[in-house]
Amino acid sequence: MRDFSYLRADSIEAARNAAALPGAMLLAGGTTLIDLAKCGVAEPSTVIDISHIEGLNAIDVTADRAVIGALARMSHVADNPRVKSLFPAVSEALWQAASAQLRNMATIGGNLMQRTRCPYFRDPQNFPACNKRAPGSGCSAIGGVTRGHAVLGVSEACIATYPGDLAVALVAFDAEVDLGQRKLKIEDFFLAPGATAEREHDIHPGEVITAIEIPGSAAARRSTYIKVRDRQSYEFAAASAAVGLELEGDGRTVRDIRVALGGVATKPWRVRAVEDALKGKALSEDTIRKASELAMEGAVDHGANHYKIALAPRVIARSILKLGETA
Amino acid sequence: MTVHDMKHAASDSARLEAVGGRLSRVDGPAKITGAAKYAFEQQLEGLVHAVLVGATIAAGKVSAIDRRAAETAPGVLAVLTPDTIMELKGASDWLGNPPSQQTYNPLAREVTYSGQHIAAVVAETFEQAVAAAALLKVWYDETPAIVDLSDGKAGDGIPIDAMTKEWGDAQAAFAAAPVRICAAYNTPREFQAAMEPHGLIARWEGDELTIWEPSQWLDGMARTYAEWFGVPFENVRLVSPYIGGGFGSKALALAHSAVAAAAAKMLGRPVKLVLNRPQNFTSYGGRAATRQTVAIGADRDGRIQSIVHRGVNETAVDGMWVEPLGSVTSIMYATPNFSSRQNVVRVNTVVPGAKRAPGENPSAFGIECAIDELAYELGIDPLEMRLINYAEQDPHTKKAWSTRQLREAFAAGAEAFGWAKRPPEPRSMRDGHQLIGWGVAAGTYPVRRAHGEAVVKILADGSVEVESSSIDMGQGTYTILAQTAAETLGVPVERVSVKLGDSHFARAGVTGGSRLAGVMTGTVYKAAGQALDELIGLALSDPRSPFQALQANTLQVRDGRIASPRGEGPELSIAEFMAAIGRDQIEAKGDTLPASTTAEERYKNYTTIAMSIPHTDGDYSRYSWCAHFVEVRVDEDFGTVRVSRVVSALDSGRLYNPKLAESQWKGGIIMGIGQALLEEGIVDRRHGRIVNGNFADYMLPTNADIPDIQTISVGIPDPHSSALGGKGVGELAIVGIAPAIANAVFHATGKRVRDLPITLEKLI
Ligand SMILES: Cc1cc2nc3c(=O)[nH]c(=O)nc-3n(C[C@H](O)[C@H](O)[C@H](O)COP(=O)(O)OP(=O)(O)OC[C@H]3O[C@@H](n4cnc5c(N)ncnc54)[C@H](O)[C@@H]3O)c2cc1C
Ligand code: SF4
Repeated sequence: MRDFSYLRADSIEAARNAAALPGAMLLAGGTTLIDLAKCGVAEPSTVIDISHIEGLNAIDVTADRAVIGALARMSHVADNPRVKSLFPAVSEALWQAASAQLRNMATIGGNLMQRTRCPYFRDPQNFPACNKRAPGSGCSAIGGVTRGHAVLGVSEACIATYPGDLAVALVAFDAEVDLGQRKLKIEDFFLAPGATAEREHDIHPGEVITAIEIPGSAAARRSTYIKVRDRQSYEFAAASAAVGLELEGDGRTVRDIRVALGGVATKPWRVRAVEDALKGKALSEDTIRKASELAMEGAVDHGANHYKIALAPRVIARSILKLGETA
Repeated sequence: MTVHDMKHAASDSARLEAVGGRLSRVDGPAKITGAAKYAFEQQLEGLVHAVLVGATIAAGKVSAIDRRAAETAPGVLAVLTPDTIMELKGASDWLGNPPSQQTYNPLAREVTYSGQHIAAVVAETFEQAVAAAALLKVWYDETPAIVDLSDGKAGDGIPIDAMTKEWGDAQAAFAAAPVRICAAYNTPREFQAAMEPHGLIARWEGDELTIWEPSQWLDGMARTYAEWFGVPFENVRLVSPYIGGGFGSKALALAHSAVAAAAAKMLGRPVKLVLNRPQNFTSYGGRAATRQTVAIGADRDGRIQSIVHRGVNETAVDGMWVEPLGSVTSIMYATPNFSSRQNVVRVNTVVPGAKRAPGENPSAFGIECAIDELAYELGIDPLEMRLINYAEQDPHTKKAWSTRQLREAFAAGAEAFGWAKRPPEPRSMRDGHQLIGWGVAAGTYPVRRAHGEAVVKILADGSVEVESSSIDMGQGTYTILAQTAAETLGVPVERVSVKLGDSHFARAGVTGGSRLAGVMTGTVYKAAGQALDELIGLALSDPRSPFQALQANTLQVRDGRIASPRGEGPELSIAEFMAAIGRDQIEAKGDTLPASTTAEERYKNYTTIAMSIPHTDGDYSRYSWCAHFVEVRVDEDFGTVRVSRVVSALDSGRLYNPKLAESQWKGGIIMGIGQALLEEGIVDRRHGRIVNGNFADYMLPTNADIPDIQTISVGIPDPHSSALGGKGVGELAIVGIAPAIANAVFHATGKRVRDLPITLEKLI
């Protein structure tokens, strides 16, 4: 048996203390943790079950901000009527993620902490080399099967795609992660691999996500999330875009625009170049498509993922066009 | 054989329970409520657990295995390696050919594919076995592997002369034809991907072996076990009450089966071994990757003058699998000149195997895309093109079709689909950003025939039992055999219980090649008829029978009651009659073999496929046929393809139960949609290893990918194909779906994708 101890935390304090123990991991919905334990990737010595902590699953949404507790279920947040009307991209990102069964189990805190789907990362028995799992061991993906790998934010150490959907919408709208003692911009919470592929999040032992906060805005109210994939449901994104749009009174000129990409980068990827190119401009299909191309600046492909460089700007463009049509 | 002349069949076919009625699956409630116990869900006393360890290289030698840490891990009972597992005897193959080796070791010293079993750990609990398996240290001498068909080391392969089909002078006629097309079509390695994994429980009692294992062929697998362990065939009992999907993969006893049975023998404890999901992608073969080139020469009216076809499929370094790629090519269209040849190429993979319609499926992808390309080349409607070249007889054997309702299928499908409204030009229909395309393709599958055996018992309470070692993997055997017995005997269907999935029952051959329903309905019809004859005989002649006084020459049984045809005299329920004559059962064992069949031939008939009856035997060529009409929507920016409409018209002859036949057809169509758009075993070419061997990464269609599917039956009873007039159902509908989709994608986009699956990067 691979033994581990199981601890049920009934307060955030208790969870924090236990999480500071070496080899400890938090258990929320378990859909990532148990999966990775089965693959032999996660081998916690202590599992701290936080799913029974009271009061961490609240969903509190006003026009000013949404505060979503770390234990709120993906399906509950996706279906929340105020999330749907004030942050449609957040709701759309959630309901297009995973499957109904997974969304009913999985929590928002766990969702931010999900790991890459790089097949080499998930198969330690056959592919010992993986800098994310075993720092310094090398990268099995480079030179291998790379159809799903990232083209943005990659390094020589790691090209693994950040797979999630929700966080893409969150970076677009400047959300913050509440870790109790400190709050971080979501963009800073996620780390590109650089030379330290094993560090994916700015979170330290003993820290627990308690909530995420999303500031309300006109762009968030008029937002969408388009996810492109071969299979109609239950597949990670080949490319996705979260876009929010605020137009001037003329109904054409861009006052505010938010653009973020998923499925193509090593972290949820905000693309300010596209935003800057479109702010103050009158929308036309041509301007939109040209500006969207700027998202791919610095993109590097590894063969089979080359198509993402063509695809991602189209996903952005279509998202903006869709929002423009629903004026 | 003649089409069974059942009086009540004609008058009662509207009745749910009659043959031809739309009775729901009798095993449905048990499955939905979870009451159905699958093979390796048995709870046995003293059960221990085995976990396999697979090679992490694709070619080379296992030079050393350090077992110490695993052997001393908690709960571990045995660590089996090629050196420590008991020696088994070689077993003959599925044709009954004797083994090439005297001995057999299911754990490999010489590794020929990644994932090949090299060791196993047996422990008191599953978790202990998993943990200990991770402690084995293995050293290899790795040698270069041939990873796939495009590997530079793969070469042209081995010609398979038995696959050559030629008539006329195909090369010359092609060269001389005024219109020519030639293209290459590829299909990737695909997997059966059944929900229920492979696995088994093995228990020895003395030299008697019981195996609980999902199986498409109890008798064949029991023979293999018996040969491996050198025990009489009768000493092996295989139990397989339900099967959670097989699709061709569960017909043979495999290396992991041998490991479990050997471990049980060595330890004297029942052993359970279930492959984990990734192992289900490396422990047995899926559909081999294929390459085909199809060249068609035609005159300007679209009449085909010549077809030149070349095919290649991958096989294993140490095993042979031929996926017959010219099977549809050679019979679908009339052509005066034809040539098809095939090679197989050895690569480092587990030996490929049967997946739904092996051969016909990839074959149709080639010819049905090629004919579409020819149609566009000539500016002829693709459906018209198929009618112009309609084969009035089997072009290969020149025999008459037993029945071929393909013209009717084209007509009915086209009508229901609205094909006449199709604009001929590609890219001429759109809805916003979605390009819309319509495609058509035909499919076919041979009528494979064999013999079966069944026991029908009429019990004292008037109920009926049917026993057969055939199986139900969801296709409806329990249901149609109950219908057949009920109708033949004249009892209500709920009084019939069908018992399947035990090799100690009356014997049956393989459930594969869409043959089971035709074989077993015919067999049960015969056995039930014998039981009925005996019942009526007793009623007329037994001195205790209340009917004896009637002096009638026959009686009739309806709704479980016996009476004279004209209604005079007594009327008794079967139970009352059995009580009157003091019998507690009437049993008939029927089979469809000639009376002269020897015991040895019988054994061979059920435990090998050597005695299958060719579909072109005698005067006729026997096939099922279908025509698929498909609408796709392709996003012009994203390249994503969604199937938005399917209408298929199918000729499976007479349907024993249309509801179940439609389910089977729809299942085939859904699997075909997966094949066309999603499924592909992706190999890391440096390691020769499948990297998407799990259900999150090996893409199968979800409900959201499947539109409403309309199926239309255009079949008529085929007296030359089976006792009751049916032809094959299970495999037919997957044949032709992928080319229909590829053709629709071309119509939508103007882009011809000849490599499956049609993923988005091929269209952007
Ligand atoms: C087959 C499959 C398909 C999927 N498809 C998608 C998809 O399309 N899109 C998508 O976005 N996601 C997808 N997912 C991922 C899914 O959304 C995540 O698994 C899920 O959100 C994780 O939440 P959980 O509560 O189950 O986390 P757990 O498994 O309980 O935890 C995951 C990790 O987060 C840590 N953790 C949990 N809660 C906290 C906290 N409060 N503070 C700090 N650390 C914490 C845990 O220690 C653990 O390391 C898929 C998953 C699977 C298995
Ligand atoms: S891409 Fe990253 S996660 Fe994948 S093998 Fe390389 S280092 Fe590991």
